[in-house]
Amino acid sequence: MSSVLNTLEKPLTATGGRRQISWLGRIDPRVRIVAALAFAVVTVACGRLPVLLAALGIAVALLAASRLPAGRTLRRMATMDGFILILLVMLPFTVPGEPMFSLWGLPASREGLVQAVEILLTANAVILALMALVGTMEPVTMGHALHALRVPAALVHLLMFTVRYIDVLREEYLRLRQAMKARGFRPSTGWHCYRSFGYLLGMLLVRSMERSERILDAMKCRGFTGRIPLLDRFAFARRDAVFTAGFSLLLAGLIATEIAHAAS
Amino acid sequence: MHIVDGALSNPVVIGGAVLAVGGIARGLRSLPMEKIPVAGVLSAMFFVASLVHVPVGPTSVHLIMNGLAGLVLGWAAFPALFVGLLLQAVFFGFGGVTALGVNTLVIAGPAVLVWALVGGQVRRGSARDAAIWAGIGGALAIALTAIAVAGMLALSGEGFVLAAKAVIAVHLPVMVVEGLLAAAAVHLVKKVKPELFAPIGGALA
Repeated sequence: MSSVLNTLEKPLTATGGRRQISWLGRIDPRVRIVAALAFAVVTVACGRLPVLLAALGIAVALLAASRLPAGRTLRRMATMDGFILILLVMLPFTVPGEPMFSLWGLPASREGLVQAVEILLTANAVILALMALVGTMEPVTMGHALHALRVPAALVHLLMFTVRYIDVLREEYLRLRQAMKARGFRPSTGWHCYRSFGYLLGMLLVRSMERSERILDAMKCRGFTGRIPLLDRFAFARRDAVFTAGFSLLLAGLIATEIAHAAS
Repeated sequence: MHIVDGALSNPVVIGGAVLAVGGIARGLRSLPMEKIPVAGVLSAMFFVASLVHVPVGPTSVHLIMNGLAGLVLGWAAFPALFVGLLLQAVFFGFGGVTALGVNTLVIAGPAVLVWALVGGQVRRGSARDAAIWAGIGGALAIALTAIAVAGMLALSGEGFVLAAKAVIAVHLPVMVVEGLLAAAAVHLVKKVKPELFAPIGGALA
């Protein structure tokens, strides 16, 4: 993951999206979350290649509309594909079926290749749509929207705290790493390196814990009784209705094409 | 290792999601509001740890540290690690949407199991004993995660069996590294701040 982040970037705000500028960014966050979920379920449920290609097309259109920097987002996408590619290249050789070609005497089946392509298309379409619809929100807005969607308050509060402290603790981690570097530490394979990284994690754990104690004390000082007001009010405007209708039509179209292909 | 959308069969995806929701609910129940800041900060810490790359021979692996997360969070590891995976999917594009339940289960399930198995020894033991148990726990958590991922793949289709074996093979070095790191981390924490292993997520029962 370090390959997609340089040290100065803040992980959660580094998507580079200019938030709230695109028309997609003005759609009600609740609608965007539900749309991303519905899109994921429909895409995973569909299996025909033309339908999946159409789904990927919708996802790419959403990406364009979200004004996320396309290059960087697609690079992140490719990092993920690297993870799964190794699993996918095995499929043609392990799924039984009509042999298409053979490599070093191993027959590759058409069915396996089709399955691998389907997984690749599904995974990329779903994650692109998710990043375009939800990943462009402020993480805090996502928390409020999830609360409005009846996610338990405790889980939302946990999410908010996590979002708040990821950047802080990352800086803490980088400070510790810099201190190690100043003392001549160089990562390598070996007991010394692993022990040093282990101590680094232990220290991070201790500092995080002590920080959280200070946070709780400061919050109690200000009258914290275990509840954080979740203030954001969302308004379902006309453009949200239009977006909902349009997106539902697209999803219905995907399902209809899938059924038509299954019948033929 | 993140499982992506579209790879697993529907029964596996749905079963994983149901179990994950159960685990998250159990974790939240053991988390009184006053403990939310601690759990949130630790959840952020484990998110940051997953950005750390450690060299292994010519390549490098990123840390998972779910064993250590289980040891300090108990049942609360479920909601805490779920939040981390959710943020990774939404903002980094790792993992998937429908696969989120399965991904939570294969990471947080082993965390809770390790806590149940060696949590007591880590809490009560001397720094040295605690480090040894934590090392075993850290390695075990990765082993269980790898086996769970492999199992989910194998359950989803014959064609995945070879891939499932590959997943286990790839995780063998990770297992060793995470075990060593967990041992060193716990060794330090036991000397500096031993009360850190007092249960946050409530007792086992």
